[in-house]
Amino acid sequence: MKRSIPLLITFLVGVALIVAMFIPHWPFDVLNQNFSVFYDIIAVFAFILGGGNLLKVHIRKVQRKGGDWKYSLVTIIGFFLVLGAGLLKIGVPGGWSGDYQATGSLFKYLYDSAFQPLQATMFSLLAFFVASASYRAFRAKTREATILLVAAFIILLRPTPLGYYLTFWLPEPLQFLHVPNLSTWILSVPNMAGQRAIMIGIALGIVSTSLRLILGIERSYLGSEGKG
Amino acid sequence: MEDTPILASPLAQTISLWIAALLTLMIFSFLYKDNPAYKFAEHLFVGVSAAYWMTVGFWTTLIPNLMAKLFPSRMGTIFPVAVGNRAEYFYIVPLVFGILLLTRLYSRLAWLSRWAMAFIIGFAAGTNFTRYLQSDFVTQIHSTMIPLYEPTGNIMTAVGRIFSNLVVVIGVVCALIYFYFSKPHEGSFGKAARVGIWVLMAAFGASFGYTVMARVSLLTGRMSFLITWVQSIF
Repeated sequence: MKRSIPLLITFLVGVALIVAMFIPHWPFDVLNQNFSVFYDIIAVFAFILGGGNLLKVHIRKVQRKGGDWKYSLVTIIGFFLVLGAGLLKIGVPGGWSGDYQATGSLFKYLYDSAFQPLQATMFSLLAFFVASASYRAFRAKTREATILLVAAFIILLRPTPLGYYLTFWLPEPLQFLHVPNLSTWILSVPNMAGQRAIMIGIALGIVSTSLRLILGIERSYLGSEGKG
Repeated sequence: MEDTPILASPLAQTISLWIAALLTLMIFSFLYKDNPAYKFAEHLFVGVSAAYWMTVGFWTTLIPNLMAKLFPSRMGTIFPVAVGNRAEYFYIVPLVFGILLLTRLYSRLAWLSRWAMAFIIGFAAGTNFTRYLQSDFVTQIHSTMIPLYEPTGNIMTAVGRIFSNLVVVIGVVCALIYFYFSKPHEGSFGKAARVGIWVLMAAFGASFGYTVMARVSLLTGRMSFLITWVQSIF
């Protein structure tokens, strides 16, 4: 029960979807469509599981008065405030029939004043860490590092006025060395070749892993009891 | 005249701007060092984002794709489009799998969540098997098989194209050779693998440049927001 049923479910669902690719007719086409919707629904339950787990961890921390427990309280309050505002459609013009994120609703208000600025700032903070990573990467110690440096530098120069003024004076036969042209070439030729090789490698890896999962050779997703 | 919702009023919008600006400054305070203001904003972000995605999933997927299919007559004003439709009881399946997934929160029943995990894994394996084989394997190889010479009017353009096409073909082959670890990278095979590394480095450099640009543009966005906020004060 604990091991064989999950393996059987994985096998049946995986095989049905592969067959649906080659026989796109009843019942496989319907199965394909329905499984896709089922997957979306289960993914939402995964979000709920994530929220539940987050609460479990932080409530336990508050109960035990563990380190930084006051901040856990902030997480719990923020969580319930947004969840309540969204699920109960507080302030939505039109009540229950209105859009949950309509202008004037508490959910939209919290999105604009907390979620959106927090998310954007958190990601923009990465600009500073990327700058520090650049400093390390841009020390051209080896030939490989030099290629990386030159490619990144030309791509970075492209949208700046400096990129234009550095090479705009080049004569017609050398126009391909003009920074915007060079940047386009790097993106569409060596970059594409590298990305293509990576994509082919990833595809082969995914195909072999998918086969291992469907055939029950790869069982790590079952946890420790999946061994053997 | 229609009443403006209270949260869309100018006062509420000013308060919203202030909250957003203060939270932005709290996050940026991390650049100095880890501090209580940053920790507050960080923990708030975790709670708010978890609840945000749960709410979005609830209203965009659970209600129209699950509840409205199982109980269409009870949707009333929540999802009026479904009222009158026939119930589709086979949607019990994802509901059961979803509930089984939640058993992970209770250690005694946690093993039941594997059934739902098995469905997720089976779906991902089944769809990715054909999808990646088609779009990332066959298509990419097909796109690499290009004619080296394409006749054009200008000799310089023709030479340029031949060179670019050669770089693409040789670049892909050499980069793939680099990823082949069943044979030692020695001799001419090793040299080809070395060329493959150069191609990959150029690709990583381009990706790195793009990532830096994206992050800097986000940063300038936040800075211009803070300027708007400061201007609103005076």
